[in-house]
Amino acid sequence: MDDLIQLLPKLGQATVETLYIVALSLLFGGIGGLLVGLGLYTTRPGNLYSNRLVYGVINVIVNVFRPIPFIIFLAAAQPLARLVVGTGIGNTAIIFTLSLAATFGISRIVEQNLLTVQPGVIEAARSVGASRVRIIRTVVIPEALGPLLLGYTFVFVAIVDMSAVAGYVGGGGLGTFAIQYGYRQFNPIVTWAAVLVIILIVQAVQFFGNWLARKALRR
Amino acid sequence: MALVSLRDVSKTYPPSSRNGSPVTAIDHVSLDVEEGDVYGIIGYSGAGKSTLVRLVNSLETVTSGSIQVDGIEVSDLRERELQKLRLGIGMIFQQFNLFSSKSVWKNIAYPLEVARTPKAEIMARVEELLSFVGLTDKAKNYPEQLSGGQKQRVGIARALATSPRILLADEATSALDPETTQEVLALLKRVNEEFGVTIIVITHEMDVIQTLATKVAVMDGGRVVEQGDVFDVFSRPREASSKRFVSTVVRGIPSPTELAVLRERHEGRIVTLSFRDGNTSQGDVFLRLAQAGIAFELVYGGINDIRGQVFGHLTLALRGDPPTIDAALADLATTVEITDLGITGDETGV
Ligand SMILES: Nc1ncnc2c1ncn2[C@@H]1O[C@H](COP(=O)(O)OP(=O)(O)OP(=O)(O)O)[C@@H](O)[C@H]1O
Ligand SMILES: [Mg+2]
Repeated sequence: MDDLIQLLPKLGQATVETLYIVALSLLFGGIGGLLVGLGLYTTRPGNLYSNRLVYGVINVIVNVFRPIPFIIFLAAAQPLARLVVGTGIGNTAIIFTLSLAATFGISRIVEQNLLTVQPGVIEAARSVGASRVRIIRTVVIPEALGPLLLGYTFVFVAIVDMSAVAGYVGGGGLGTFAIQYGYRQFNPIVTWAAVLVIILIVQAVQFFGNWLARKALRR
Repeated sequence: MALVSLRDVSKTYPPSSRNGSPVTAIDHVSLDVEEGDVYGIIGYSGAGKSTLVRLVNSLETVTSGSIQVDGIEVSDLRERELQKLRLGIGMIFQQFNLFSSKSVWKNIAYPLEVARTPKAEIMARVEELLSFVGLTDKAKNYPEQLSGGQKQRVGIARALATSPRILLADEATSALDPETTQEVLALLKRVNEEFGVTIIVITHEMDVIQTLATKVAVMDGGRVVEQGDVFDVFSRPREASSKRFVSTVVRGIPSPTELAVLRERHEGRIVTLSFRDGNTSQGDVFLRLAQAGIAFELVYGGINDIRGQVFGHLTLALRGDPPTIDAALADLATTVEITDLGITGDETGV
């Protein structure tokens, strides 16, 4: 217990680091996933930019990369991280790799939620002369906003989960903290403290996400 | 020059699966819709009605043939020009297709935003439309909070927002109960009469045509099998499918089974008098029968009124001295069409 009190500043720092990694990954992965998801949705045969070839290519890429376990993906993508963000280790590298993995995961969630938009509604927008870009911006996304927000909330929890392995490439955060000061020092109380913080973060975000989605759905 | 003109239009959808065959939804259709018309298109499910109207605002492109709207060849237009064309053609749908994420107000404002109308004008126009469809108090509601009839009224307001000259109505009342259907049809009638909007209505219900349309095309298997003034098609349907549609609202000449039932219940000579030209008086016909001393009973049929023109089929059971009846019928035959269904117990007349 005394150890934990001594470690409190470190726990605080780890919490901030986790939030930093997760927030940035969600931001970049969220944007990337939205774009790739929109790509999948719009090029799907019969949709606004229907294009069998482009759809097929994106679909295969997503199918190949999405199921790779994150810890393996992290190692495999290290050269790419070095190339893009200049480093293969630390928080920057983990944010890069997490964003990439999240892009693939989120793209499917985005695609699935956009597919729930009634084709008739899109037809109504086309019939008044709206351009395709405008339809995506003012009809497709708003109509799917509620489920999209729930999808993103779900992804947030998944990213918190994945961020815990940051320690493997020299990153920080609650996962690193729990391993380093709890597991390795045979101090379960410290481990459980990290677990508690993660539970609190996840609960808070879940609550907020549900609230936002409810507002979007007006229910 | 007709406002909407189709010449030899065909539309074939590619096969849905690798070894399927292509579907010809529209098969060499020609028709003209004049400014101010309410043009009805009727046909059974799969006849190609929806495809036909979707070709008019180019939601679907023709495979062959020509479609002109206000003299402009629709299939030549590029995406950008199409968007302008569509601002001049409103469309309403069976499932209403309102934007569930937008309020009633925002739904109606949407086409105006697309048309880049100045904000102040949008405000004024939406208010005007809300009051036209009688939904001023629902402006802030969302579609899910409205009844079917109210949803379709929002649909109509949205379709009219940019003051189009043409309104396409695809089964606009098929999801509504009979009473609400009449309300919506009355509203569409006002749209045509007060704003001079040309309306193309698709339906599989003949009474929609009867209440609203001035002209009608009957579709069957992608073809237009019959077209013309509603009165003409109703009073003298030529094709089998037109006859079937007409029979859903007009009681015509009794079928053999109906006739058998009539024979069980009524005595005498059974004849059907068909009033087809819109101005023969029933009163006059009855008077002449009475003057000839013939007892008659109305046993089947009905009279329809299409925009003030009257037509219908009345089946009478006549009793009296046979030569007198023959003479009276010969006399009547100069003004109405007579189908002699014979005397009970004597099948030779049929
Ligand atoms: N996008 C499409 N792809 C392939 N075939 C289609 C498509 N749309 C319609 N069809 C086919 O074209 C034919 C005509 O369909 P359409 O929807 O125009 O009929 P409809 O008269 O409007 O029928 P309903 O009364 O059921 O609405 C049908 O055989 C239908 O299966
Ligand atoms: Mg249809």
